[in-house]
Amino acid sequence: MNSDTPSSSAGGGGTGSADTTGARRNSKRPKYSRFTQQELPACKPILTPKWVISAFLLVSVVFIPIGVVSLFASRDVVEIVDRYDSECIPADARNNKVGFIQSSQVKTCNRTLRVPKHMKKPIYVYYQLDNFYQNHRRYVKSRSDQQLRSPGNEDDTSACKPEDNANGMPIVPCGLVAWSLFNDTYDFTHNNQQLAVNKREISWKSDRDRKFGKKVYPKNFQNGTLIGGARLDPLKPLSEQEDLIVWMRTAALPTFRKLYGKIETDLQAGDVISVTLENNYNTYSFDGKKKLVLSTTSWLGGKNDFLGIAYLTVGGLCFFLAMVFIIIYLVKPRQLGDPSYLSWNRNPGSH
Amino acid sequence: MDSNSNSYSQLQNENSSLPDFIRNSSSQRSTSSIQSFHSKASGGHSVKEDARLVYINDPEKTNEKFEFAKNSIRTGKYSILTFLPRNLFEQFHRVAYIYFLVIAILNQLPQLAVFGRGASIMPLAFVLLVTAVKDGYEDYRRHRSDNIENNRLAWVLVNDQFQQKKWKDMRVGEIVKISANETLPCDMVLLSTSDTTGVAYIQTTNLDGESNLKTRYAKQETQMKNPEKEKISGLIKCEKPNRNIYGFQANMEIDGKRVSLGPSNIILRGCELKNTSWALGIVVYAGGETKAMLNNSGAPSKRSRLETHMNREIIYLSIFLVVLCTIVSVCHGAWLRRHKDDLVLMQFYRKKDYSEPKVDDYNYYGWGMEIFFVFLMSVIVFQIMIPISLYISMELVRVGQAYFMIRDDRMYDKASNSRFQCRALNINEDLGQIKYVFSDKTGTLTENKMEFQCASIGGVDYSGGKAISEDEQTGYSLRVEGQVFRPKMKVKVDPELLSLSKQKHTDEGRHVHDFFIALAACNTIVPLTVETSDPALKLIDYQGESPDEQALVYAAAAYGFMLIERTSGHIVIDIQGERQRYNVLGLHEFDSDRKRMSVILGCPDNTFKVFVKGADTTMFNVIDRSLNSNTVKATEDHLHLYSSKGLRTLVVGMRDLSASEFEQWQSSYERASTALMGRAALLRKVAYNVETSLSILGASAIEDKLQQGVPEAIESLRNAGIKVWVLTGDKQETAISIGYSSKLLTSKMTQIVVNNNSKESCKKSLDDALVMCKKLTTDSDATRRGSGARKTEIALIIDGTSLVHILDTELEEQLFNLSSKCTVVLCCRVAPLQKAGIVALMKNRANEMTLAIGDGANDVSMIQMADVGIGISGQEGRQAVMASDFAMAQFRFLVPLLFVHGHWNYQRMSYMILYNVYRNAVFVLVLFWYALFTSFTLTTAITDWSSVLYSVIYTALPTIVVGVLDKDLSRTTLLRYPQLYGTGQRQESYNGKLFWVTIMDTLWQSIAAFFVPLLAYWGSDVDRSSLGDLWTIAVVILVNIHLAMDVVRWYWITHAAIWGSIVATFICVMVIDVLPFLPGYWAFFHIAGTKLFWACLFGITIAALVPRFVVKIFIQYFRPDDIQIARELEKVENSRESRDAEIEMNPIFDPPRR
Repeated sequence: MNSDTPSSSAGGGGTGSADTTGARRNSKRPKYSRFTQQELPACKPILTPKWVISAFLLVSVVFIPIGVVSLFASRDVVEIVDRYDSECIPADARNNKVGFIQSSQVKTCNRTLRVPKHMKKPIYVYYQLDNFYQNHRRYVKSRSDQQLRSPGNEDDTSACKPEDNANGMPIVPCGLVAWSLFNDTYDFTHNNQQLAVNKREISWKSDRDRKFGKKVYPKNFQNGTLIGGARLDPLKPLSEQEDLIVWMRTAALPTFRKLYGKIETDLQAGDVISVTLENNYNTYSFDGKKKLVLSTTSWLGGKNDFLGIAYLTVGGLCFFLAMVFIIIYLVKPRQLGDPSYLSWNRNPGSH
Repeated sequence: MDSNSNSYSQLQNENSSLPDFIRNSSSQRSTSSIQSFHSKASGGHSVKEDARLVYINDPEKTNEKFEFAKNSIRTGKYSILTFLPRNLFEQFHRVAYIYFLVIAILNQLPQLAVFGRGASIMPLAFVLLVTAVKDGYEDYRRHRSDNIENNRLAWVLVNDQFQQKKWKDMRVGEIVKISANETLPCDMVLLSTSDTTGVAYIQTTNLDGESNLKTRYAKQETQMKNPEKEKISGLIKCEKPNRNIYGFQANMEIDGKRVSLGPSNIILRGCELKNTSWALGIVVYAGGETKAMLNNSGAPSKRSRLETHMNREIIYLSIFLVVLCTIVSVCHGAWLRRHKDDLVLMQFYRKKDYSEPKVDDYNYYGWGMEIFFVFLMSVIVFQIMIPISLYISMELVRVGQAYFMIRDDRMYDKASNSRFQCRALNINEDLGQIKYVFSDKTGTLTENKMEFQCASIGGVDYSGGKAISEDEQTGYSLRVEGQVFRPKMKVKVDPELLSLSKQKHTDEGRHVHDFFIALAACNTIVPLTVETSDPALKLIDYQGESPDEQALVYAAAAYGFMLIERTSGHIVIDIQGERQRYNVLGLHEFDSDRKRMSVILGCPDNTFKVFVKGADTTMFNVIDRSLNSNTVKATEDHLHLYSSKGLRTLVVGMRDLSASEFEQWQSSYERASTALMGRAALLRKVAYNVETSLSILGASAIEDKLQQGVPEAIESLRNAGIKVWVLTGDKQETAISIGYSSKLLTSKMTQIVVNNNSKESCKKSLDDALVMCKKLTTDSDATRRGSGARKTEIALIIDGTSLVHILDTELEEQLFNLSSKCTVVLCCRVAPLQKAGIVALMKNRANEMTLAIGDGANDVSMIQMADVGIGISGQEGRQAVMASDFAMAQFRFLVPLLFVHGHWNYQRMSYMILYNVYRNAVFVLVLFWYALFTSFTLTTAITDWSSVLYSVIYTALPTIVVGVLDKDLSRTTLLRYPQLYGTGQRQESYNGKLFWVTIMDTLWQSIAAFFVPLLAYWGSDVDRSSLGDLWTIAVVILVNIHLAMDVVRWYWITHAAIWGSIVATFICVMVIDVLPFLPGYWAFFHIAGTKLFWACLFGITIAALVPRFVVKIFIQYFRPDDIQIARELEKVENSRESRDAEIEMNPIFDPPRR
């Protein structure tokens, strides 16, 4: 019927039959596919009360045990923390701590630690710095990863200001991070016996293997006017300077620990350990605290109750919500998909 | 807006004076007024002042000053040289891009370099590149089509010989020869044609889409000349190029005579010459100055309402960004103050204590500058707070949505073989918020296919035609010398009338005879003979500008009065097998003032007759009631009956002219038609004189068929709370009857009619109507409270004359108040610009979304004015489509378009905007919290590359996929409950409240994501890169799970996108961490080996999402919205169906249970 209309073949061109075959060939009808018609098979989950309650219960069932287990793990960790920054300043120098630390006096200091509980090996020895912004933008950027990797990039120190050159020569390793390398040292004695601290493999293997070059040796380091921290043995390649490698993994937060070494013997409860430390590192100028930490680990890491508490809270909350919902469901049930809830059915004629 | 109201007032002035150019159409459409407006506004009497001078056949002289464009066209925007600067310039028109450019530049300053150089430029460069490639490709295609056009050939007169010339080399002033079926290369004034009378037929399909033939005339002064033999020279003064395709004003000086030229003497580029073996023309406008090219501008760019609202929220986000940056910089200032003395010693700002020889400030710029730098740096770090990726995602999503709209099988029209078209790509989501639909009537609601239905002849109603089914109709055909001629269209005939038409000698028979002669003769139809595959059968195709006339001529042919030939001087009508030649002595064309047309025929029996046909209102004034008062009365009754059925009626009358009357008429007619000044007015006067004391022949009724599914569509639209307004050029009765048949009006409605001729009476009737409205609504309020009866619905019917007095005056306010109380508004007899005025009234005052839908050139202004303009790509041409944002073939497609696609688009886009804001803000906030722990120096734990890739790779795809594919409800549900459309009208899915709720949620989620790892790792030996990787992955998982929680429909693509993004993030983080020159080398592998990492990830995801989940389910349970209920209904019904199916199947098949 439509092909008979005057407009569709107006113009007096081809005859009717040619037109229709042409039209069929050139049909613009969209090709049918489930995709183009938006009819792909789909799953449309809907939050029925049953689902909601099960979801909450499931979360609480998973979270509460995890919380309990992590709390236990955290409690199992034995940790000895000893803050020594102010104690290790002689009483007469306490009103000018900075002056003391910058002087060339002997800064040896003795500390005694009591082991509260049995500590299983390996016992990790950390130094902890508080209020030390190793994540300060200027500090973080002041390093040259290229230089650390290969001896050829020795001159690549542009990012290292102000510790890029000393006496006209590039510094290896350059930059503030390396320059401020921590230089307190600890010696442990237990029952008058030297307690061996293993300082090998305290850094990441990946760093030793590929980030810090085996052929890059410290050069011109701490030769400037101001000494920032530890010196390095110029005969050892960077890949073996593990303290440096640990230090160069800059900490994320202003309170952080760095691994100093590992004690590979068990310590018994009540053991007394005396520590001889060289208090060299200047944290006094910015009120930074220094702590010595001996700690065991659990499967979850160090001593930190937060995660366990968080898990317990979330799990408990979800359990509570599940209960609330069950009560609501029982007290005030709502029929799912009841058309009388549709707005135009609730108050007729209002639209 | 301003320009529009101006032009509109011009139109009002225009109403009094009649246009010079009148379309010879008896249809009731008001197209003529747009033409009149244009011809006046653009041409007028300005020809003299700054006219274009074209020397005929002297292109050298014509183009002396090089002021006229050559005929080559260039639609491409760029050339190879200008592409880069121009494209970039256009791209940077977007504020967002400038913002990111500024940030990228800031980042290049060494003091501010937060990100690596590559990382900071990459996202912007990527976006620019993608857009540039897209633009370049489009432009390449335009260039290619330009080339094809420019290299077409035409015959041009060079040195008194016609030679082939490329289109691009043609110049103004040249004489061109066009053969039949050729396309015109430029705008030309006709000089002569193969027809001795100088007639040429052209088809303007390419220009305005009208497929019928139009006649154009060469002036007698030039018709006789043959330029190859004698040199033609002359001068044409014509108006400057303009885009009005219906107007042309010029005069031609030739052989010392001055001839005026009008729109009927010009043929335009893009048209085709038909039925004329050749035509000569002189080029007056070429290339880019042709009317076709000037009209070639695309649709005006509109901005979606959602985007406008979004811009407001973007401002909030910028404020938020400034607040964050201020906090950081102020804190940094305080920190510097507190450590003022330490700065000397601190390695970060070595100030004075080093290097004895000189004081070395290591990049310390003083307190104030440091704060300022920190502020700028924080802007760089937090830049994605303003979601640049959102703009790109929105564009991609719209492309995807458009893809599905275009491919929708349910919006494909088989009859016209046309798909849905998306012409504007930035207002998809507006389709979900429409509150007002303004619809044209003819061609939009109706098919604009006129069908002769019945007639009242001599006071007798013949309307039995419907009784006979079409198969039995062989139709009238004619045998001449073994060949059969048959009209192309069949018409239902009334058997009684058919037998009457064969009797010649009864009184009734003569009446019928005259009636059909009038139908066959009183028109401007051109019969064409069309060959068919059967050589013995030829079809007669009637071509004309008015579909009404076509229908009438086909009807006459069906009753045996077949129009066979028309030349300018005579017509041949085959009356029951007998060929009769009538001399057409004069023709008074239709004009909107007389509303009738007449033809003066010299009959074979040497009598002179005038046949008139026209609208009943004016025809009864010129019909002599004393002659046959019974017939007149009966006809009036029949007319009433017909128009109440929604039929378009015409009254036909005639008069015998005595010889003296004829001579008197002839002399005045000749004088008038050769007059140079005021020809139209003179002709009109002549017509008035001859069209008097007619005797009535009868009336015809034509059905303007409603398009398929229109009543149902209108009902659905009304159920959805959309107000449908019909704006039509038709007269009131026809409009009302169409209103009834399309279910726009119902018998329950109270009708308020406003048709007045003065401002005062308009004011009065508006006041009365308002009072009545108030009374009705309060009444119905009372009754509703009592009995729960439905509200009384009010329909307003207002006509164009009243609107002239109302629009642009203080009465607008009253009209607005009144119409907002009405369910339906019908505007009849409105001019095109009035349509736009009405749309503008509602759009500006109601602050609601408006949609205009129409098919003709007269709807263009309305389509461009409305928030969403839809063109019907049907019968009447492409002008409406060219101006529209969307085009489709049928009115009823509005229902799936709005309810299904519009709803989906709106829901998807609203969610996408909220989600993108959340997604970027949560990341920025995590960066911000960390800045508080780095002594406010904006160190980022998250690597630069992760920051950059976050919105490009880590989280980009899922939101786009969800934005394109997710469906909150199924198509069937949306169509079943049109009320669901209200969500968009009420802006339920995107509003200020939701935005702030989202921001609160974001705040909590960022806190959870940041502080869980912070506290879990506090005081441990974790390094910055490892913790950064944890935060990166935590945030990415969080935002993806968040999205997953809100997805309604899970396709495999959704699964792939969401889970794939998480996997991609892991891969990217790993890749970044295996690059040994970055500080974070291997960090991911270390931290991912610890159980704490996974415990944190898991904990963050759950803890962050619990509040959102709880709020979501509480709202769903206690205050479910319609969408939620409908979704549950879907689910419940689905499961019920499958359960039912299972119960039925069980006894027979016993299907395996899962």
